[in-house]
Amino acid sequence: MLVELFFFYFAAAVIGLSLMVITRKNPVHSVLWMLLLFFHIAGLYLMLNAEMMAAIQLIVYAGAILVLFLFVVLLLDLKKEIGEEQYVGVWPTGVAVAVALFTLLLIMTRSFVAGPHGNITIERVRELSHPGVVGRAMFTEYLFPFEVASLVLLVAVIGAIILAKKRIKE
Amino acid sequence: MVPVTWYMALSAAVFAIGVFGFVTRRNVIIMFMSVELMLNAVNINLVAMSHYLEDIRGQIMVFFIKAVAAAEAAIGLAIIIALFRNKPTAHIDEIKEMGG
Repeated sequence: MLVELFFFYFAAAVIGLSLMVITRKNPVHSVLWMLLLFFHIAGLYLMLNAEMMAAIQLIVYAGAILVLFLFVVLLLDLKKEIGEEQYVGVWPTGVAVAVALFTLLLIMTRSFVAGPHGNITIERVRELSHPGVVGRAMFTEYLFPFEVASLVLLVAVIGAIILAKKRIKE
Repeated sequence: MVPVTWYMALSAAVFAIGVFGFVTRRNVIIMFMSVELMLNAVNINLVAMSHYLEDIRGQIMVFFIKAVAAAEAAIGLAIIIALFRNKPTAHIDEIKEMGG
């Protein structure tokens, strides 16, 4: 009963905060609502016994990506844009597309059939701790994708510097 | 015990909100945040599945999605800054130099 109550609180908060994020006129307000949204998503991860995912959610998303967004919002001078119309002219089409997509996905969840269960039961997670379980899978079975991820981040760093730096005149 | 389909419905709702924000907002930064919203919807789904199927692979996937999302945010925001330097506007329908 208590678990359902918590789930409903987090679900309602996540949906409400997502709506706040995409309807605010001022991008700074959007970013701050999104910070609150990420805290609630981390709460959902804690309910699903994924402590490390909750920690990464807060460190990477709330700590790094949102600060990056905030920096860019502050860097761009958006005073003029705030006074203007915030939606495109055909926004009812967007509403129709989103509602149709949601209905379709909701119908699809009803025909969900669970696949075979793995061997990471809750007892095993308790025994090894959640970061231990994740690390064991990551550094044995998924070592190569892990290295590729580091390469992706390196390419992103170089690309971001090249894209954002000022052109040097010859 | 919360059934897994509830998490899937929540994820679908957040994803649809992200789609709505992406197709209707004119501000390029908010459009970008809508993309992050959609990625988070997928992450909720993957963590819920991983928990209910007692398999850790879903969460490994979430880890990689987060790494790619961080890279994507850095590149995307750099593109926005480069765009803003050429044309000082954040509204996407005023950027039409390529005839799109």
